Amino acid sequence: MICFEKITKTYGKRLVLDNISCSLPKGKITSLIGPNGAGKSTLLSIISRLLDADQGKIYLDDICISDYKSGDLAKRLSILRQSNHIDLRLTVRDLVAFGRFPYSKGRLTADDQVQIDKAIHFAQLEDMAHSYIDELSGGQRQRAFIAMIIAQDTDYILLDEPLNNLDMKHAVLVMKTLRRLVDELGKTVVIVIHEINFAAQYSDYIIAMKDGKIVYNDETDQVVQAHTLKEVFGIDFDIITKNGKNICNYFNIET
Amino acid sequence: MIYAGSIVSLLVLIWVSLFTGVKDIAMRDVFAMNSDQLLVFTIARIPRAIALVLTGAGLSVAGFIMQQLSQNKFVSPTTAGSLEAAKMGILFSILLIPQASIGMKSVAALLFTLAANLLFMLMVRRVRFRSSVFIPLVGIMFGNILAAVSTFFAFKHGIVQNVQEWMIGDFSSVLQGQYESIYLILPAVVLAYIYADQFTIVGMGASFAKNLGISYSTIVNLGLFAVSLTVSVSVVTAGAIPFLGLIVPNMVSMMMGDNLRRTLPMTALAGSIFLLFCDILGRTIIFPYEIPIGLMVGVIGGIIFLFLILRRNR
Repeated sequence: MICFEKITKTYGKRLVLDNISCSLPKGKITSLIGPNGAGKSTLLSIISRLLDADQGKIYLDDICISDYKSGDLAKRLSILRQSNHIDLRLTVRDLVAFGRFPYSKGRLTADDQVQIDKAIHFAQLEDMAHSYIDELSGGQRQRAFIAMIIAQDTDYILLDEPLNNLDMKHAVLVMKTLRRLVDELGKTVVIVIHEINFAAQYSDYIIAMKDGKIVYNDETDQVVQAHTLKEVFGIDFDIITKNGKNICNYFNIET
Repeated sequence: MIYAGSIVSLLVLIWVSLFTGVKDIAMRDVFAMNSDQLLVFTIARIPRAIALVLTGAGLSVAGFIMQQLSQNKFVSPTTAGSLEAAKMGILFSILLIPQASIGMKSVAALLFTLAANLLFMLMVRRVRFRSSVFIPLVGIMFGNILAAVSTFFAFKHGIVQNVQEWMIGDFSSVLQGQYESIYLILPAVVLAYIYADQFTIVGMGASFAKNLGISYSTIVNLGLFAVSLTVSVSVVTAGAIPFLGLIVPNMVSMMMGDNLRRTLPMTALAGSIFLLFCDILGRTIIFPYEIPIGLMVGVIGGIIFLFLILRRNR
């Protein structure tokens, strides 16, 4: 389980995270939602040690993440951010193979090769395994990066806006892949996500943030309610229930 | 296959290089040279061939590493001010210690190059406008500023001509007893190969590297050290050779991709071949005189560089 306690972060004079504490349940998908500037990405970066908090501690399975060796933590927790440099000419398989780096340090063993093949298969990228990533579409490339994270084989997988710039088909494909990671492989997935309905359909828990604070932290259907979402985003929502899951409409609502 | 072909052409070019020059040494004389020929062979020809191979391989690999570290295909010792910094280092070592040995010049050049490379990386990270052509422009301006400072001090001490001599690389002065520091390129290239995976990963960005448990700053500093060592000893030995670290890595990258573990050997080979080729050409065009290799590489490299820019911006 990931726990964080009393996390505070400021950029200059602006308070981005205001003394927040929470825990993220194991074996589930948790979505972080909230308006721009709520501190979601900052929180994700701090949990994944890409950024240092001003105050507060993060625990991964009851051990403070600053007590892990960098190489060991890379076998437990992975983070995928949007700002990946894609000018590089690597094949999909080469990219996925880098996911094994924490284990092999560059000398791939037979077991690493098996893991790489499994990851490519899991992300359904067999056809493109030998294509260069700079020649793929945005959606294919994103799945290639996710395949790399799968090859990294960490219990905890953190993703910052994995659906950015993806069309609907690829967005659904990515979310289904994440769902299977949790349901079939028992991973814990934490994502920052903008499209509220993707969070509503595919995640188990939702943490709603606003102005550097957590305002709601509950099961998905409890958070996807008209009054809670209005409080978070400041606009009106219509909640429709379909197949036992809430969908929200926020277009053309008369007030 | 491509490796076998490259190795064969490298060996052929080394062979040709050994038997090209004013002193007539025929290939059939190899095992029956008179003392005069043997002297030329061991003092000038062999060191020259070795220096060409090492410099070509070293500068190309250095270029590839710089492109990974800065995440920009157009960054190289030529377009990041490294060559100018090395020259500045040599200048200041001569100004401060007029009888500076080659070793002292190398150390001074290394320190200046390292400082300039660190500064350049700092600038790259600060630049918000990360267009692929903008960053090398910043680097070229940076190099020109360094060169201007050097020229100022050289002018004050009346050694402008010497400084200009270093501007244009030339292997004709590579002689036994004066070129040995070039061997320092060897450990730099080996280091680059050992850390090839780390350099590729760092090329994907800081957060990407950290996710895989790699210390970003350690690898960047290691890379800059290897690059600075290569650039400084090559400038001390042969002078500035432009474009090599730019065009060779780009051409290898186009053909074989950017996975350094796979492409570094080819980059080194291609660099050596290109430099040997330019050198032999420069030695034969106006035989018995010589066109400095800096000029040869500059002309051929400049044309290829233009081609690369146009191709990329299409």
